[in-house]
Amino acid sequence: MQVFTSLDPRVNRAELPENPETEFTPKQALDQTQTYEVFHQVKTGAHHTHVGSVHAPTAELALAFAKEQYGRRGQCVSLWVVNSSAIAALDVRDSDIFDSATDKPYREVTAYANTREKIEAFKNKQEA
Amino acid sequence: MYGNISIIDKSSKDPLAGEDPNMLEEFEAKIARGEKIEANDWMPKEYRRQLIRMIEQHAHSEIIGALPEGTWITRAPGFRRKMALMAKVQDESGHCQLLYNAAETLGKTREDMINDLISGKSKYSNVFNYPAPTWADTAVIAWLIDASAIINQVTNSKGSYAPYCRALERICMEESFHLRYGYDNVVTLATGTKYQREQVQDALNRWWRPIMHFFGPPDVASVHGEILMRWKVKMASNDDMRQQFFNQYVPKILELGLTIPDENLKKDPETKKWTYSDPDWDEFFRVIKGDGPCNKERIAVRRRAEEEGRWVRAALVKPTMSYAVPLS
Repeated sequence: MQVFTSLDPRVNRAELPENPETEFTPKQALDQTQTYEVFHQVKTGAHHTHVGSVHAPTAELALAFAKEQYGRRGQCVSLWVVNSSAIAALDVRDSDIFDSATDKPYREVTAYANTREKIEAFKNKQEA
Repeated sequence: MYGNISIIDKSSKDPLAGEDPNMLEEFEAKIARGEKIEANDWMPKEYRRQLIRMIEQHAHSEIIGALPEGTWITRAPGFRRKMALMAKVQDESGHCQLLYNAAETLGKTREDMINDLISGKSKYSNVFNYPAPTWADTAVIAWLIDASAIINQVTNSKGSYAPYCRALERICMEESFHLRYGYDNVVTLATGTKYQREQVQDALNRWWRPIMHFFGPPDVASVHGEILMRWKVKMASNDDMRQQFFNQYVPKILELGLTIPDENLKKDPETKKWTYSDPDWDEFFRVIKGDGPCNKERIAVRRRAEEEGRWVRAALVKPTMSYAVPLS
């Protein structure tokens, strides 16, 4: 069997065949296990924010991988992971529910903007 | 580390066939306004297809790209250099994880991506099919290939697909360490003994052509290219990025007393553009198709890691597990 002659001593030690006798058997579904969403906290007191996801078989391992991928070089103080399938998300086609209803101005800050004018008018009346 | 989409995939004859014109108009208006597209937003099929291909190639390039440099971990000159090289190779492996995740949000599973890498269906950056015969080669790779990758990645991070942009921002932060590390390595050799200077010059001579290939062949105007620019999938032409590389790095190389192995390389004072010798684009296409010095070895190493780790992953799978596409 012809093996690779490599510049890399580790490849030489592995004695990899140049022409493998068998075809590569493709990976099957779930070979990379499941996905977890990762949330990190940049500093104490801040919210945990979503930063990405990792593949892991358990939450413990997901935390270990999240630390390697998202907490390198001290970029955060805390990490959460949650199984991706546990997150319910709003359908993007329903995003118009965030539009503020035009007939509900009493819920907005701007609806209460003229208190100062009232006070000034009141003071002027008293002085008069 | 990654080159570019280099060559646009033109396999779809009519890239906009069958798209809802109203949705398409809304999608394009959103991108024109500078808004980003998230994983669950509506997108044309061609946008999804080109992005999966591009992000997947980028991910493969990170993991394969760690191999030529990894060759020298066992023989690094000194403990500090060994630790630094290991940190860099770890970073590159982390980058591939971030990028596989970004590609997965578009609907291709990680299993399928790795299968396509090992079967040869998916490509990766051409430069990693060349060997690193000396320590000086790793120095040149870490400085100039990473510098090229940063130019490409910073450009792409302004693109339209949000999960890819977020991954790139994180990656660029770490690449800045690689660039400093590589530069420090090259400077140490270039300011060292006569033998060290010869070694780094030889390495530069070996890597100059792959570096020229890195950004891909000059773009030819095409319908596909125009659409990908409009959709902010492709953010700059291959030649624009190559010119940016010349502007930033040719003076730094020459400052070290090194020579560039291309006597035709010069900046036209009027057009402010660099001219350079044809870097043999036939070789580039030949190597991409599989006929480079290390293509087979790179894939064989990946295949071995994949096959020998399989029993561990199989032991971890539980019947209760189910796959969910990452959210973003």
